[in-house]
Amino acid sequence: MSATLATGVRAGERRAIARALSAVENETGAGADLLRALHPHLGAARVIGITGPPGAGKSTLVDALIGELLALNGRVGVVAVDPSSPITGGAILGDRIRMGTHQGDERVFIRSLASRGHVGGLSRSAARAVDVLDAAGYAHIIVETVGAGQSEVEVAELADTRIVVLPPGLGDDVQAIKAGILEIADIYVVNKADLPLAERAERELLSMIALRSYGAWKPPVLRTVASTGVGVAKLAEAIAAHAQSGSGRRAGGDARRTRMRRLLAASAADRLRRNIEQSSSAELDRLCDELARGELGHAAADLRAIEIAAAGMRKP
Amino acid sequence: MHERPPKVLVTKIGLDGHDRGSRVVASFLRDAGMEIVYTPPWQEIPTVVKLAMEEDVDVIGVSSLATDHLIVPRLMQALREAGLTDISVIVGGIVPDADEAVLLAAGVAKVFHPGSPLEGIAEEVRRLTGARRALNA
Ligand SMILES: Nc1nc2c(ncn2[C@@H]2O[C@H](COP(=O)(O)OP(=O)(O)OP(=O)(O)O)[C@@H](O)[C@H]2O)c(=O)[nH]1
Ligand SMILES: [Mg+2]
Repeated sequence: MSATLATGVRAGERRAIARALSAVENETGAGADLLRALHPHLGAARVIGITGPPGAGKSTLVDALIGELLALNGRVGVVAVDPSSPITGGAILGDRIRMGTHQGDERVFIRSLASRGHVGGLSRSAARAVDVLDAAGYAHIIVETVGAGQSEVEVAELADTRIVVLPPGLGDDVQAIKAGILEIADIYVVNKADLPLAERAERELLSMIALRSYGAWKPPVLRTVASTGVGVAKLAEAIAAHAQSGSGRRAGGDARRTRMRRLLAASAADRLRRNIEQSSSAELDRLCDELARGELGHAAADLRAIEIAAAGMRKP
Repeated sequence: MHERPPKVLVTKIGLDGHDRGSRVVASFLRDAGMEIVYTPPWQEIPTVVKLAMEEDVDVIGVSSLATDHLIVPRLMQALREAGLTDISVIVGGIVPDADEAVLLAAGVAKVFHPGSPLEGIAEEVRRLTGARRALNA
């Protein structure tokens, strides 16, 4: 079944693509086979990551950006991640409501994913969903993260061009976000530039950037009004310029390996965390008691927990 | 891997813009642990079909207050033409008995009338999802 699915994906059949996305999202055996089959066909797409705090206007900006990218030629894929409730596991996948302008267009494929307990702003399978769309021939793939302060680093690993969207007037919250985003953004967007304080947000960002040293690419700060499209053409130009500058996901050799390392660290940490939190292990319970009684230091306890979890995961 | 949640499209086609009902159902199903794609009212049928296909939803819930349920058979037809026969459609709202028979004949899985307990809708969505996944496995 995965062979025909792979053929369908390669042929750009929408139904096959949708099925393939579900298979990788649900981490089925067929999904794993499929990814193996698609692997030789990856790497043609440009991946654009969009992150930023809740309500910054990310989805609205994606909607406007889709139009610009379509005008540049090529098909556009979108992977939009929304948070799952940690309690019920339920989710309202609301990003695509704001992406209505082009959702009827046959050149556009939008897929929503729920984060399903993954904490990094994406979902465990977002990177694989990107791979499916890449293999299906989508020239541009936009990834919108959950609107959370912690989503920056993960999207950095996935995307060729990383865009951080900020609304004006974040105030002190900017401080919290700053640390992470300064590391990763290729382009800053101050959205809702129709609102007061946009200019101030832009100035703050510029002064932050001025304090850092960058390589060949110095991240620009752009202002947009996503809801009317103002400034979005400039954003598309900046994305193209960044692509031209030669940085990106396909950077060969060590850069690629470094990214694989980070992805591996993220997914391994994810499994480990879930196992330590959720597995019914008397050994882990005992360890917690010892830690609580102060009989064991944290460093030693960490190591012990990792060993116990690893042994538990190895069991069939 | 633990059981993955049902994925449901909650939408409104046609002219009626009262989306309180669909919002209530969407929130309830979310709180029942499901993944919900929710749309504003006034969706076009081709858009609903494209959306359902791209999102690979298990069930489509159509909310209808006025006479919008009368275009549901066209949605069923469009889903068939797109090869999406494995997606179940349920309709909620004010649907006269005679129309209900028409909808069921057109392939709608179930009609929920005003005052139906929300848990009953969740139950039905779970059942239809299970059936679809067994079919596609
Ligand atoms: N005034 C103004 N409002 C905007 C602009 N862009 C988006 N909005 C509004 O801001 C709200 C949030 O927009 P979204 O696009 O959903 O924001 P988001 O960052 O995707 O939100 P999450 O995915 O929930 O984190 C919506 O009501 C938009 O209509 C803008 O440029 N100006
Ligand atoms: Mg959004």
